[in-house]
This record gives sequence, C-alpha cells and structure tokens, in this order.
Amino acid sequence: MNKPDHDHHHHGSATHSLLPSDPALRVKAIETILLEKGLVDPDALDALIDTFQNKVGPRNGAQAVAKAWTDPEFKAWLLDDASAALSSLGFTGMQGEHMVAVENTEAVHNMVVCTLCSCYPWPVLGLPPQWYKSEAYRSRVVIEPRAVLEEFGVSLPEGTEIRVWDSTAEIRYLVIPMQLEGTEGLNEAELAERVSRDSMVGAAL
Amino acid sequence: MPEQLPSQVSAEPAFSEPWHAQVFAITMRLSQSGHFTWTEWTEHFGAVQAAAARDGAPDDGSGYYDAWLVALESLLIKGGLADADALAGLKDAWTEAYLKTAHGEPVELKQAANPV
Repeated sequence: MNKPDHDHHHHGSATHSLLPSDPALRVKAIETILLEKGLVDPDALDALIDTFQNKVGPRNGAQAVAKAWTDPEFKAWLLDDASAALSSLGFTGMQGEHMVAVENTEAVHNMVVCTLCSCYPWPVLGLPPQWYKSEAYRSRVVIEPRAVLEEFGVSLPEGTEIRVWDSTAEIRYLVIPMQLEGTEGLNEAELAERVSRDSMVGAAL
Repeated sequence: MPEQLPSQVSAEPAFSEPWHAQVFAITMRLSQSGHFTWTEWTEHFGAVQAAAARDGAPDDGSGYYDAWLVALESLLIKGGLADADALAGLKDAWTEAYLKTAHGEPVELKQAANPV
C-alpha cells in the first residue's frame, strides 16, 4: 500500500544475464551432453523447429479438405489411401506414420484423440493445440464424446453416431468435415480458407 | 476445455516457449537417428503423463512440456545416453554461467565447469 513505486528492482540487480527457467536450464543440460557426444546436430534441430514453426500447420490439412470437397476422385483416394493422397500434395514425413482420413456425414461425426499421449497428424495439422494435449480431453472424449462436443459449442442431432478415433505412434487421423452450408459456389482456394483446424480433429463442424 | 480454447489458428505459435521447441526437436532427432522408436517414446511419455496426472498435475495441458522433459530425461538415463549426475551438474554449470555473464553478453559454458 505504501510501497514506493520505484521499489521493484530485480534480484541481484540487472548486471547479469536473465536466468532461464528451471526446465529451460535442464533442456540446455541435455543439449550440451548430446552435442558433446555428437548425438544431435544443432543445424538439424534448427531445421526441425523451423519446419514446425513455419511450414506445417492446419493450412495444409485445409488445402487437402478443400481439394476433397471439389474433386471427387481425390476424395476417394484420400479415403482409400490417405498417406499417398496427402503425400501427393507434399504433406508427408515426420515419423513416416500411416495417415487415415475419416469423413463426416449426416449419419456419422468423427472425432480424434490420442488417449496415450498426444499423437497428432503433424504433416497436415502441425502441432496440436493445448486442449488436445489436456488430460481432460484425452480421458473424457472416449467416455462422453457428445458432452465434450457440446462444450466445444457443437450440438449434433440425436441420431448422429459419434465415432472417436484413438491415434497412435503409427496411425494418425484426419477428419474430413462436411462442407459448410452456403459455400457451394466457392472455389478450392476459397474453401480452404473456411476449413478450421478444430473441424479436422472433429471438435468443430 | 473449450474455455481456454482459441478456436482459430493463425496467431497461435507452434511453441509457446523456446525450450518447448528445443526439447521437442531433440526428442524427434534422437528418434529419427534410431536411438529409440517413436512408439517407444510415446509409450514412455504416456506413462510419465499418466503418473503426473495421478500426482495431481493440471489436467488442462499446461504441464505438457514439463512432462515431456521429465520423459526425455528419464529415457536418456534409462537408455544410457546421459547420466543423471552429469545432467544435474550441467544444469548447475549453466545456471552459474548465466549468473556470471554480464547482461547482453553471450552466455557460454566454461569447459572447466563442465563435469562430463
């Protein structure tokens, strides 16, 4: 209350470098050991980080979904062999995992989870959002998918079946959402703008 | 969960802290170069996350990379790629380096302080 407002000096003054957080220091320790042993290459680490920060992300998945909406042959290929169809767009690699595409219809709504940890289709969606990694989502969506969907603001008709797909290190899922009403006249690039990340995980329409 | 859920994507950075990116990339590179399979990683990481949840870790995903780091440390130790004492010693050495380096100067680890 009576604190003078200039009384917020830092510990030990600002003469030394800002000390990183405890986990950041532990990561530096790991990195130092592995670099010394020649087990990781800093350039390779930087390249990988750059890929995840700048090159992969939900725009990739949106492009694939928009193509599926406008090109029935591509959609059939995507449903039949998603790894190959996505790879034709340049979306591949990471762990060489097997991709599976599942299509939402009036009768079936698909949702994706990884109950074990947080396996996610990186080449098409990038890294998962925090809610996907949360224990709350991972444990609840398999038990009460309809309630979880309601919390995302999605209410499905009673008769719609909800299928929940559990990702693994080897199999990753991409949901092809239903094309949004009123977007029939749009071209592929315009449609890609309308596809949200969450819809490709089944947490939105 | 949707309360903390930014449902559009563009502004969301892939990693919210630089160390998240580092620990992620290190893990992936080690797996790519064959030190463990990604399946081994996910099983180990899943077990660490489950243990953290039992110990009362937040269930909103905010402790995700903390669990990731614990999992990587323990997998490195288990696989003989790093030694627990060496990791602790290097952490102390880095801490000291930061505290001794003048603000604005590059922080470097002195080899003398390095117990490995």
